[in-house]
Amino acid sequence: MLSPSRGHRRLLIGMLALVTAIGAGCGTGGEDEPESGGAVTLTWWHNANADPGKAFWQQVADEYHAKNPNVTIQVVAMQNEQFKTKIPVALQSQDPPDVFQQWGGGQLADQVSSGRIKDLTEATKSWVGNLGKAAVNWQVDGKQYGIPYSLGVVGFWYHKDLFAQAGITTPPATWDELLSTVEKLKAKNIAPIAIGGKDRWPDAFYWAYLAVRGCSEQVIKDSIAKYTFDDPCFVKAGEMTKQLIDAQPFQKGFLATPAQQGATSSAGLLANGKAAMELQGHWNPGVIQGLTPDKKPLDKLGWFPFPAVPGAGDPKAAVGGGDGFSCSYKAPDECADFLEYIASVDVQTRWAGVGTGLPVTKGAEGGVTDPVLKTLLDFRDQAPYVQLYFDIALETSVGEALNEAIANEFAGKATPDEVVKALKDAAKNR
Amino acid sequence: MSTSELVGGTAPTTDVPPPATPNRGKPRLGDARRGAIRRTVEVVLFVSPALVLYVAFVLFPIVLAAYYSLYKWNGLGALTDFVGFENYRRALGDDVFRGAIAHNAIIVVLSLVVQGPLAIGLALLLNQPLRGRTALRAICFIPYILSEVVTGVTWLLMLQPDGLIDEFFRAVGLGGAIELWLGDTELVLYTMFVVITWKYLGFAIILFLAGLQGIPQELYEAAAIDGAGRWATIRRITLPLLGPTTRIWAFLSIIGSLQLFDLVWIMTLGGPANASNTMATYMIDRGFQRYEYGYGSAVAVILFIISFVVAFVYQRYILRRDTEGALTGNAG
Repeated sequence: MLSPSRGHRRLLIGMLALVTAIGAGCGTGGEDEPESGGAVTLTWWHNANADPGKAFWQQVADEYHAKNPNVTIQVVAMQNEQFKTKIPVALQSQDPPDVFQQWGGGQLADQVSSGRIKDLTEATKSWVGNLGKAAVNWQVDGKQYGIPYSLGVVGFWYHKDLFAQAGITTPPATWDELLSTVEKLKAKNIAPIAIGGKDRWPDAFYWAYLAVRGCSEQVIKDSIAKYTFDDPCFVKAGEMTKQLIDAQPFQKGFLATPAQQGATSSAGLLANGKAAMELQGHWNPGVIQGLTPDKKPLDKLGWFPFPAVPGAGDPKAAVGGGDGFSCSYKAPDECADFLEYIASVDVQTRWAGVGTGLPVTKGAEGGVTDPVLKTLLDFRDQAPYVQLYFDIALETSVGEALNEAIANEFAGKATPDEVVKALKDAAKNR
Repeated sequence: MSTSELVGGTAPTTDVPPPATPNRGKPRLGDARRGAIRRTVEVVLFVSPALVLYVAFVLFPIVLAAYYSLYKWNGLGALTDFVGFENYRRALGDDVFRGAIAHNAIIVVLSLVVQGPLAIGLALLLNQPLRGRTALRAICFIPYILSEVVTGVTWLLMLQPDGLIDEFFRAVGLGGAIELWLGDTELVLYTMFVVITWKYLGFAIILFLAGLQGIPQELYEAAAIDGAGRWATIRRITLPLLGPTTRIWAFLSIIGSLQLFDLVWIMTLGGPANASNTMATYMIDRGFQRYEYGYGSAVAVILFIISFVVAFVYQRYILRRDTEGALTGNAG
């Protein structure tokens, strides 16, 4: 090797320094000067990246611009999963989106504690009451940091023909009835319950519902607020989960089954009459429609709430989650006004007609036309409270750790005690 | 599994040829200086673009990751919660991460022990004059060209219970051997290894085929004259002369196995019950899925160190004789 002379070495060091400086400089570009002359541009990231939802939001943006010519809205439709990685980076940057998809709960609290979300308490005070109890999930410490436009509930979707084949006339209303329904279906060689174990979060629905049914509302609320999970009802939820797993109600190889991909996914099995039930969110009819052989809605699809369970919880309480929007810390004040438009009865009624979710604004219920979705809406509105999915309600690191622990229980690799321990450990580490 | 690390690592960057100085008369001092300046300008001109990219996209992120790894950070807001090496202590004490390291180690060993001989055997076969040889070679290579996502989704669907793979087993009368390929925590890692082998074997075969082309035909003729049998020829001539190729392939295979991510992530997400986690899937899960960017960075740094040490030791002790000259320089 030619030994570099001192000059060379200095040259190399200089170049390296220069290059590093250039590299470092790249991170601080981008300007966000407020536009002058009252003209405002709102960038809007939402997750309806397919029609009809995509076209609907575009129309809403256009309508708002027509009413407020000084506000231009740049709509960016992104795939749902992309938000997970893009939002933290975008919020770190100098140029975050003004309005973006927000699921509330612990994730929102994370973003708020970092000072990246606009406080909407004042701006929404006059109308947020129209959204009912749903708005609570987009609050942090009593302040409003986002606005929901949808709040759905999880429940059992079932195939009516398969229930009829097994001689089941009424859907199970209690835990014991659910277990006997499973036995009846198994006797007819029908896989009773489909579950997307590969994705982990479907497993967590069972544990979450058993916790909500077994623990009082106060215990649930306090536990989530304080990140303490000492009440024995949480271990009990795991024990009942185990009771169900031991009854072997799930399809063959359920640990590796994806929730939504292809005909062999859990939704696909229900769509094709290969399994009788699935505990899933309000979006399931849409997913199932895409997985039926003719891509038509499954007219044999029915819905019933998670059965009653002995315990301190209310049998009408629901587990669910919703969609909303937050404004980032740099967003102009018009952002709140735009959210008011989205939450208006008119827009919410028309959005409900699209059929991708359940509206939250009072007076928009009439927009829900699908009879099954109406059942869900009634259940939701009669619920004393809708508990957000735990992985959303809790900070992400804790919620995901809980999902993993529950999935491990489904795989026979964790006991009910270990699930709660994993949850506590993650809460301690957060 | 790209070759970029290798190229980046061994690209000969020294030995700038002396500038052609005019040969007429005595060399004057000014000429030498002008030559030196020109050489400097040339070096700056040619090296800068690559150096800019390398620093901005390789060195800078590594330094940043090391910096983040000392903080507890959810990816939002400022880095305020300095925790020192706590993230490293937590990672190395986590059974799931240790399991992931073990899974990587298993994949490394299996790749070397199973894929190597298999690829050499198939390369020898495809090196024979036989009908449709070109087509067969192409077929072997096709899986390698497919994107990881396509491969992953396709295998995921085929490996579902009563899927195509199970149907195939039944069709050939092996119905009794059917297992829950992806759903069994004891089996899933080996199922993944089969898919990995399917995907990357073609690359190994092509490498070995190229290596075989470099063996002079005369040696085989001489061996034949000496009365060496087929097995003796392979053992005494082919395999030793394939040495450099084998060592390069093994290096790529080890690094690729250590960094295994896409196929596992698409097919199992590291499950069920973390039975197929690799270091990289663990890192993505903790970092991006759980918003523990500080902790994820620590895992990334550990992965980097493991890969770096393995690569360094391998280069130093095993690849040295192959890269002599290119790496070490002819001046010693």
